[in-house]
Amino acid sequence: MNTVIFRTLAPLIVAIMLVFSVYVTLRGHNEPGGGFIGGLIAAASIAVFGMAAGVRAVRRSLYFDPMAIAGFGVVLAGLSGLMSLFTQSPFMTSIWLYVEFGNSIIPLSTPMFFDIGVYCVVFGTLSAIALSLESDREEDL
Amino acid sequence: MGSSLEAGIGLAAVAPFVAALLAPYIHRFAGAYAGWILAIVPASIFIYLLGFADTVIHGHTVATAMEWIPAYGINLSFLVDGLSLIFALTISGVGTLIILYSGAYLAGHHHQGRFLGYMLAFMGAMLGLVLADSLLALFLFWELTSVTSFLLIGFDHSRQAARRGAIQALVITNIGGMFLLAGAILVYQMAGAWDMSAVRAMGEVLRGSDLYVLVLICFLGAAFTKSAQFPLHFWLPNAMEAPTPVSAFLHSATMVQAGVYLLARMTPSLGGTDIWTNVLVIFGGVTLIWGSLGALKQTDLKQILAQTTIASLGLLVLLIGLGSTYAIAAMVVYFVAHAFYKAGLFMVAGAIDHEAGTREITALSGLAEKMPATFIGAALAALSMVGLPLTIGYFAKEEMYLGLMSGEWTAIAVIIVLVAGNAMLAGIAMLVMIRPFLGEAVATPKKPHEAPIAMLAGPLVLGACGIIAGILPDWLGHDVLVPGSTAILGREVESHLTLALDVTSLLFWLSAATWGLGVLVYRQADMIRTVLRRFDKALGWTADTVFDHVMFGLIRFSGAVTRFLHHGQLEFYLVVVFGALAVALFGPMLIWGGLDWLVPTAELGDWSQRLIVPALQPYEWGVLALAVLGLIAVVIAPSRLIAILSLGVQGTAVALIFLLFGAPDLAFTQLMVEILSVVILTFVMTRLRLDQRDHRPFEDWARDGTLAIVCGLGVSLLLMLVLNGTLDTRLSDFFTATSVPIAHGHNIVNVILVDYRGFDTLGEIAVVMGAGMAVLALLRRQRKLTAQVPPSAEPAKPKRVRKSRKAAS
Repeated sequence: MNTVIFRTLAPLIVAIMLVFSVYVTLRGHNEPGGGFIGGLIAAASIAVFGMAAGVRAVRRSLYFDPMAIAGFGVVLAGLSGLMSLFTQSPFMTSIWLYVEFGNSIIPLSTPMFFDIGVYCVVFGTLSAIALSLESDREEDL
Repeated sequence: MGSSLEAGIGLAAVAPFVAALLAPYIHRFAGAYAGWILAIVPASIFIYLLGFADTVIHGHTVATAMEWIPAYGINLSFLVDGLSLIFALTISGVGTLIILYSGAYLAGHHHQGRFLGYMLAFMGAMLGLVLADSLLALFLFWELTSVTSFLLIGFDHSRQAARRGAIQALVITNIGGMFLLAGAILVYQMAGAWDMSAVRAMGEVLRGSDLYVLVLICFLGAAFTKSAQFPLHFWLPNAMEAPTPVSAFLHSATMVQAGVYLLARMTPSLGGTDIWTNVLVIFGGVTLIWGSLGALKQTDLKQILAQTTIASLGLLVLLIGLGSTYAIAAMVVYFVAHAFYKAGLFMVAGAIDHEAGTREITALSGLAEKMPATFIGAALAALSMVGLPLTIGYFAKEEMYLGLMSGEWTAIAVIIVLVAGNAMLAGIAMLVMIRPFLGEAVATPKKPHEAPIAMLAGPLVLGACGIIAGILPDWLGHDVLVPGSTAILGREVESHLTLALDVTSLLFWLSAATWGLGVLVYRQADMIRTVLRRFDKALGWTADTVFDHVMFGLIRFSGAVTRFLHHGQLEFYLVVVFGALAVALFGPMLIWGGLDWLVPTAELGDWSQRLIVPALQPYEWGVLALAVLGLIAVVIAPSRLIAILSLGVQGTAVALIFLLFGAPDLAFTQLMVEILSVVILTFVMTRLRLDQRDHRPFEDWARDGTLAIVCGLGVSLLLMLVLNGTLDTRLSDFFTATSVPIAHGHNIVNVILVDYRGFDTLGEIAVVMGAGMAVLALLRRQRKLTAQVPPSAEPAKPKRVRKSRKAAS
């Protein structure tokens, strides 16, 4: 799989997939998408990148350990649920905030952060598994 | 009286636990004085509880309750009456002396603070147990005493014997705890109340119920395990591996008495029937004799005392079983007497061990000269244990004989058992008092000297209490016997204790016989021991060894079950899983007749109408064909890589079908999962020989093929059945209507995931992460293995495939 074409194109594909995954995640509340799918897309892109550039390069570019990203996701999701404490409502009650930004209104909400948490968990866990399986071949970790 | 006192109950209940948490820190700065400081807590509780005495002696009770689980009508209720007050005063009073004693006994031990903490926590649990009115609160504290005693028995956890004793005590007493919970729930079912004060009025209902015997078994199971009744007595001697203060406190004065307390408490509700009397009297009597004989076998002071405790517990149970006014009065007085002398004697045993370096009764003699104060403490306690006049033990003994003067043959039989048991206990008391202290001084491992004051306080104070109670029969009768017995029996009891000795009465001669036999036992102790040990040897096994066999048998059994069910052959797991799926699919359909519409009837013509060909667009047929082609390709694929890719084709076709029928989210997810599983499976498979087919025997083919077809058919049939019925749209209507106004989102699937059912999703992502960590752990372990083993011997790879697929889906 280490062909020149693949290695040249892979970074481009990976970049597009990553951007797309963020887009899919953020639009998920109104259109098809969401954190789970976004995370899957991102994990797939990481797997592609791993095939092209090798596990070591991927780990270097990720900077954080994939499992740490997953852990951060769980914490973020839990915290976004805890936000409801400030409004004296039950756990996971959503809070919505509409921020005016120039001409457009950006809705910020706890479900969005929750979805980002889901994204991180799926992305982190699956990349960790994929990278770990790939690195089996390359004798590095 | 009450209100100011009641307010303190909460404080008194919490204080020991707070003190327990602080104990290590107090020990850190106070060192050896920690015992003195921490003893303030039980002492204040003791004084506080004394404040209730006046109310209780006048025949009143103090009750308090707070809501615990209001939805089920469960309150945390407490009740102070004669019975609970006597127990609570004993616990806090002896507890004070024990904390003092532990301060000195474990002086310099680096975990002394922890030990004091455990002790205080235990004391709090025990106080809660005797003061609780709610059966559930009682159960809670009951288990708490088991757990804290486990920590205490196993305190010296570097020794195997201590660990074994701790586990044994925990296993036995926790089985009892389960019995108690079951009994409590049954009682609630019958009486409709958790509070024992309310259940007491329902005694007739309970006794008349069909479930009476079952309830009785539950409560007896609890009481007998906790109070070490034969044949469940064996854990108590092994619990003596604990430091001596624990033995003095838990295994004489408090925890083991919990069972006795429970039986006394349930007497008005469950007692008085023939079965109650017979079971308690027989088991109590056997325990009494068995424990006394066991004590005579031993030479270790602590073991002797442990066995006599078993005997005393048997005696108490026997008395509760008799249930007459005299018997109950005797039980109350004997409980107090026993707490005084047994705790004192244990502390003496600990002091001897501490100062002389051994507890072997055969290696000790003439200590009185070097340890006069200890000797006085031992003597006071032992006189009470013998039951001589002017001690509290005398009244306890008199009272039990008094109740059995009726002359019936059963009463005579019980009297013979009691005299025999008491005589042996008296002989043992003399043995413990005289052997180590009197006679010629012998060399001991340590040079004996007097114990520190903190260790002397216990035996001396308790011994003195025994004597004071013995010379003030009016006080003992009025302030202890009457409130205690009244609380147990639920009717007014009068005191009749008097110091006068009537030489002409049979009662006197029974006492005299007890003392006389006691002297005989003392003089022949060595001979009796030799004979008993010979019997033991001939018998060859004890309840203790049976326990070991049961435990090891349990371990072997679970090992066998594990090997059978969890043997690591993944193929077999899958067969089981899919077999279970097939049963789950077809079972209900066969039982509730879901397949009726498939059965061909007389008019075969109906069949063609049943097979409705769905009206699909040509491109939809195309996608369907793609899925089927993918599937066929999987089955006939010449190599594994092709099989994996074909599976991907098939999955993608399914994703397309989702997309065509209006589920873009699902299609999206399905597509990504397909891509990732193909990628991950390929990663795994590239390290196997990809160009080869699986060579599987025909049996495997047939088995797996059948399972696949059966499961697939089952799912198809189920789906057809579902489509036959009308779809309940209430939920989807609700989500459609509220998605935008409540959750501000148009994508209902996503809104459900992150908003309506966010809590579920949180759990799911935690599971995803957990599964991921498990896969990583497996891979790392495998990498270590392959690093050690030459590459040809590769361990089972498919395991990882399943795992990663599970995590991905």
